[in-house]
Amino acid sequence: MLNWMPIQASTHAAEIDQMTILVHWLMLVMFVGWGAFFVFVLFRFRRGANPSASYAGAKGKFAKSTEIAVAIVEIVLLVGYAIPSWAIRVKAFPAENEAVVVRVVGTQFAWNIQYPGPDGKFGRTDIKLVGSDNPLGLDRSDPAAKDDITTINQLNLPVDRPVLVHLSSMDVIHSFGLYEMRVKQDAIPGIQIPVWFIPNRIGEYEIACSQLCGLGHFRMRGFLTIQSDAAYRKWFDDQEKELQPAAATPTAR
Amino acid sequence: MDKTGIHPGGRPAHVDVRGHDEPHHEELGWWRKYVFSTDHKVIGIQYAITGLLFLLFGFTLMMIMRWQLAYPGRPIPLIGQWLGQDRAPMGIMLPEFYNQLGAMHGTIMVFMGVVPLAVGGFGNFVMPLQIGAPDMAFPKINRASSWAYVLGGVTMITSFFLRGGAAQSGWTSYPPLATLPIANGQTMWLLGMIFLITSSLLGSINFIVTIVQLRAKGLSYMRLPFFVWAQFVTSFLLLLAFPPLEAAGVLQLMDRLAGTSFFMPSGLVLSGRPIPVSGNGNPLLWQHLFWFLAHPEVYVLILPAMGIVAEIIANNTRKPLWGYKAMVYSVTTLGFLSFIVWAHHMFMTGMGTTMSAFFQTTTMIISIPSVVILTSLLLSLWGASIRFTTPMLFALAFLPMFGIGGLTGLPLGLAPSDIHLHDTYYVIGHFHYVVAPGTIFALFAGIYHWFPKATGKKMNEVLGAIHFWGSFICINIVFMPMFIQGLAGMNRRMYDGGALYTHNAGLPIKLNLVIGIAAWSLGLFQIPFIVNFFGSLKWGKAVDRNPWEATTLEWSAPSPPGHGNFLTEPIVYRGPYEYSVPGAAKDFSAQFEPEKAQA
Repeated sequence: MLNWMPIQASTHAAEIDQMTILVHWLMLVMFVGWGAFFVFVLFRFRRGANPSASYAGAKGKFAKSTEIAVAIVEIVLLVGYAIPSWAIRVKAFPAENEAVVVRVVGTQFAWNIQYPGPDGKFGRTDIKLVGSDNPLGLDRSDPAAKDDITTINQLNLPVDRPVLVHLSSMDVIHSFGLYEMRVKQDAIPGIQIPVWFIPNRIGEYEIACSQLCGLGHFRMRGFLTIQSDAAYRKWFDDQEKELQPAAATPTAR
Repeated sequence: MDKTGIHPGGRPAHVDVRGHDEPHHEELGWWRKYVFSTDHKVIGIQYAITGLLFLLFGFTLMMIMRWQLAYPGRPIPLIGQWLGQDRAPMGIMLPEFYNQLGAMHGTIMVFMGVVPLAVGGFGNFVMPLQIGAPDMAFPKINRASSWAYVLGGVTMITSFFLRGGAAQSGWTSYPPLATLPIANGQTMWLLGMIFLITSSLLGSINFIVTIVQLRAKGLSYMRLPFFVWAQFVTSFLLLLAFPPLEAAGVLQLMDRLAGTSFFMPSGLVLSGRPIPVSGNGNPLLWQHLFWFLAHPEVYVLILPAMGIVAEIIANNTRKPLWGYKAMVYSVTTLGFLSFIVWAHHMFMTGMGTTMSAFFQTTTMIISIPSVVILTSLLLSLWGASIRFTTPMLFALAFLPMFGIGGLTGLPLGLAPSDIHLHDTYYVIGHFHYVVAPGTIFALFAGIYHWFPKATGKKMNEVLGAIHFWGSFICINIVFMPMFIQGLAGMNRRMYDGGALYTHNAGLPIKLNLVIGIAAWSLGLFQIPFIVNFFGSLKWGKAVDRNPWEATTLEWSAPSPPGHGNFLTEPIVYRGPYEYSVPGAAKDFSAQFEPEKAQA
C-alpha cells in the first residue's frame, strides 16, 4: 500500500501512514472473514443443497464476539493512535523563535507566502493596498514589513527544522495540501489557523489546493522546496537583497 | 393460497374505505387519478419513476464528466456539439461547466434521486400496505409533498439554462465560494433546496403519524416489518435534520440577494478588489448547519435500503431474520447517533483536541450498530434455503458492497489518517460504495421485488440477471480504483483529474480511463433494466396476490391493490418473518393468516 502513497518527507508522516496501514489491515481481516463466511453460506445453503430452511437459524455467540472484537479494536485505534497523534498535530506547536514561521494566504488561484524577515515580525497588511503587484496588501511603510519576503506559489523551507505556518485565505475556502508532508489544512477566510511539521527530506514538492475553490481550482498548484540549511540561508539572503531598493524608498506604498 | 381473500371473523369494513369490493376504480378523471390523486400508491409510483429519471439524468452528468477526466480537453463525442458555447465550445468542456456538472450530480443523486425513490417511492407505496392502512394519514399533505418535490426538481433543472449556468460550488455549497455573485445557478439551487426540503418535511410528518396511528389490528411495534422500522427512523431524521438546512438555505439566500453576511467574514478580496459585504460572518457556521443535516442524510439514504434488503433476504432465505430485535434497536440507535457525528466531515477546518476526540469517538461508536445490522443480515443466511431471484441477487450484493463502504469509512473517521485522505478520491470511493452499489442496488432489489405488487406483472429474470451481473462488475471497476487514487493523494473535484500533480503521475491518472470505460459500460447495462421495466408492464407474466410466497401484509392485497388497498380489514396474527415454522403446512406463515388456516 505504501507503494501507492506519496513518499514520506516529514517526521510525522511515518506515524500517520502506520496508522492508515493498521486500519487497512483491520478492514482487510474483517472483509475477508465476512466474505469467506458469505461465500460459504451462499454455496452451502442454496436451495438445491438445502431444500428446507431452518427456522432457528444460526446459533452460538459468533455475532456477539465479532461485535465485541470490532469495538475493542476501535477503542485501541482511538485511544492508542488517533487521539494522541491528533493532539500532537494541533496542540504541540513549536515555539515561534525555534521554528521557521511563514504566513500562507490562499487566493483564487494562488498561494501567497509571506516570511517575516530577520526581525521575526510580520508586517501589517491592508486590503485597500491589494493590487496585482501586492496580492497580500502588505503595507511597506510599516517598519515590520520592510524586511518581509513575499512570494507567490513558491515556499522554501530548510530541512530538519520545525515549520510553523499561519494559514488563511482572502476570498474563498482553500485547502493547503502537502501530500508528501502528510499535511492538510483548510485555509478559511476570516480565520488564521496554525499548522506545523518538520520536513526531513530535501527535494521539490507541490502544494495542492484540496478544497474546491472555483473554476481554477485544478491549477491552483504551488511549489515547495525543501533545501539544506545553507541553501535555504542563501535563498533567504538573496531575497532580502532584492528587497533593499524597496526598503531604501519608504514612499513606495 | 387463500384466493378468496381473508375473512377474519366477518369484521365490518373500514368505514373510510369506499368501494373496496372492486379493486379497480375507473370513475375518476385523468386529473383526479394522476395529477391530484391522493392515493399513496399513485403518489409512490410517481415519486419512484421521477426519482429513477433523475438518477438516470444525474448518472448521465457523471458519464459526461468522466469523458473529461479520461480524455482531458478532447471534444465530447455525440452530445458535445449541443452543449453550447458557454459550456463546451467546440465540444470541449470548460472548467466552470465541469464544476456545474459536479455540483448538480451530487445534488440530483442525493436529493432528487435516491431520497425520493427510497422514501417518497418505496416508503409511500409499501409502508401503508405493510402496516395494513388504507392510505397515508394525511393524503392531501402527501400530494402537497410530491408537488413540492416536482417544483424543486424543475427549479434545479431550469438553472442549467440560465445565464451563468447551474450551481457550481459542489453539492455542499460552501460559502464564500457559493455566495460570490458569479452565477445565478446558486440562487436557483437554494430555492430548489427549499422546495425539496419542504417536500421531505411534509412527507416525514405524514410517515410518522401513519406508522403510529394506522397500524392494523394486532400489528404491534415488534411485529412491524423491518422496512417499516427503517422508514420510521428515517422520517425522524428528515424531520429533525432538515430544518437546520432549510434555515441555512434561507440565510445563504439572504447573503446572496439581500446583502447580509451570515457566512461572509470581513476583509474579503476578490481579484484584487475588496468585496463589498458587511462582514463579520463565519463560513464555518454554514458547514456546521449543512453537515448537521447531511450526516443524518447519509442514514436517510442507507436505512430504507437496509429495510428493503431485510425484507428480500427474509423472503428468499425462507427463514426468519436473525436477530430482528437487535436490528430494531440498532436502527433506532443509528438514528440517534447520526445526529452527533456531523463534524467528522470537518476535521480539516482547524479542529482542536477536545472536539475532534468527541467526534472521532462518536464516529467509531456509530459503526457498532451498523456492524450489528450487517452481521444480522449475514447470519440470517445460515440455515437458509436461498432462492437466487433477481431481487435476491441485488439484496445479497448490498451486503459486501455496504461492507466495503462502511469499512473504508474507518480511516476517514479517524482524524490523523483523514489528513492524508480528506478531499481525495478515497472519500469518493467510500461514500459511493455506501450509496451506489449499496443503496442503489438495494433500490433495484426493491423494484424487482415489489414490481409485481404495483403492476400485477413479474419482471423478466433473465434480463434481471444480465442487469445485475453487468452492473455489479462495472460498478466495482468504477469505484475500487478510487481507493488507489485516494491513497496516492489525488484530489477530488479536479477539472483535469489532477494531471498537473506529480504524485498522480503513472497509475493513478491512468486509472481515470479505466474508470471512464467502466462507467460508460455501467450506463449500457442499465438498458436491460429499462427494457425489462417497460416490457414487463406489457408482456410480463401476470401474478396473483403473493407471487413470492411472502409473509407481510402487502401481499394480502390484490396486485395491484385498488383504492383503499385491502378487500377486508387486515388483522395481524404473528411476527413479520415466520418462514419455515416447524410443523406448519407450508414454508411461510403470513402475518394475515389466522391460526386455523394454518392447519
